[in-house]
Amino acid sequence: MCSRCRVLSAAIVLLALAGCQREKRHFEAPPGTDFPPTQVTMSPLVTGVSATAFREQQTHIYEDNAYHLSEGKRLFSWFNCAGCHGHGGGNIGPALMDEEWIYGGDIDAIYLTIAQGRPNGMPAFAGRIPAQQIWQLAAYVRSLGGHGPKAARPSRDDHIQIPAEQGRRDEPVVPAPADPSQ
Amino acid sequence: MSLSAHSVSQPLGVHAEHIAFIWHAMLGACGLMYALLLGFLVMTLLRQHRSAPAGVELEKRIERTLILWVGLIVVGLCGLTLASFLTDRALVRAASEPQIALRVIGHQWWWQVEYVDADNSQNVRTANEIHLPVGAQVHIALSSDDVIHSFWVPNLNGKRDLIPGRSTEIRLQPLTTGRFRGFCAEFCGVQHAYMQFEVIVESAQEFAAWKARQLAGAVTPTDPLRQAGRDVFERAACPLCHAIAGTNAAASTGPDLSHFASRRLLAAGALTNTRDHLRAWLQNPQRVKPGNHMPVVDLPGRDMTALVAYLGSLQ
Repeated sequence: MCSRCRVLSAAIVLLALAGCQREKRHFEAPPGTDFPPTQVTMSPLVTGVSATAFREQQTHIYEDNAYHLSEGKRLFSWFNCAGCHGHGGGNIGPALMDEEWIYGGDIDAIYLTIAQGRPNGMPAFAGRIPAQQIWQLAAYVRSLGGHGPKAARPSRDDHIQIPAEQGRRDEPVVPAPADPSQ
Repeated sequence: MSLSAHSVSQPLGVHAEHIAFIWHAMLGACGLMYALLLGFLVMTLLRQHRSAPAGVELEKRIERTLILWVGLIVVGLCGLTLASFLTDRALVRAASEPQIALRVIGHQWWWQVEYVDADNSQNVRTANEIHLPVGAQVHIALSSDDVIHSFWVPNLNGKRDLIPGRSTEIRLQPLTTGRFRGFCAEFCGVQHAYMQFEVIVESAQEFAAWKARQLAGAVTPTDPLRQAGRDVFERAACPLCHAIAGTNAAASTGPDLSHFASRRLLAAGALTNTRDHLRAWLQNPQRVKPGNHMPVVDLPGRDMTALVAYLGSLQ
């Protein structure tokens, strides 16, 4: 390799390394990120002004962060959300992995649904769990439907994955070879 | 009761004694061979100036020495293999008729301990503490709730992994009374270092008294401050993860707190269980043990004082 190529590739590697950034884990909620939203529009039919800046801030902090999402996933099972919502597919409660939201699908709307509870069975968690945990849960609920960066989203639970021997999908369907006589 | 030095070379249980024996046997045999080797090396260095025999005489001497050396190695290795085999058999046989059955579940980052009895009403649930009567044969079923952990009480037995989705087991038979430290011996996340527990080996009477106290249910507060503390506990976020027998808190994702104040350690060994430490822990668990699963719960100072007084009374 010529010396110029060497220098060039070293520079590229260094530049690529400079792009690496380790995700921050916020064990304590950063200031200004662990209180409930004030104004939320749940559906376009309801008038109201949503605090867009706060929503965007919360979406960025909780939804783009693998640690918060995995904490949300853990809490989803700890607080038995799966008991009604299944693992996102819905059962007694509505499905969470589609884009149909009765009470709004933005992170702050989901926060309020968890905090205030909703008719027909959704219990209110405000005062029972800290605000940071509700934000983590809301972010995880949104990630079930594919929101947020793919690299940050937790994968499916081991126990809802199809075991390899039952549903082998690694063999592609091979089309029958064309008959040479035709 | 003082805390014993946690050391594999201070065996205080049947299993640990067997393990210490094989360890010392291996150390002795290997040490002897090493000393011999070095001895011969020094000898050759010193002998180089003396006139050495040559030819057939030399060949014969080398052959004799080599046969001796190989023979020594064969005998040594056979001895060690035999000792290892016998130790293995002894370990399997030891505590094969358990008198006490336990279930230990590893969590990030604490140990859930359950005494399992044929009679369900005799089951005891606690955390980060294992009480055992001296001399008893103990069987512990191990499982993990999240990631791989490893159960290790150096004075009593070797390590055994706790693997999610699988159950493993370990047997103990402590020979002396005392407090023995236990650890998680498999890196399991940010607070792996504070995933400790204690094994408290006591006389049969003391153990029976401890178990009776654990079975008796939580202390009901009588003074206003502690009653207020119980109300705070039931009203705040606590019952979503913790349980206290006799209250409406019955969750099992966090440690059972029915007899919280009877335990010496707090937060799986991060702190000793004193009022001041408890207050610091409740005010901000993330500052004491960053990353652990106990959230910061904002409570007014008055409520916190009542809560600390209540939890501190749960003997």
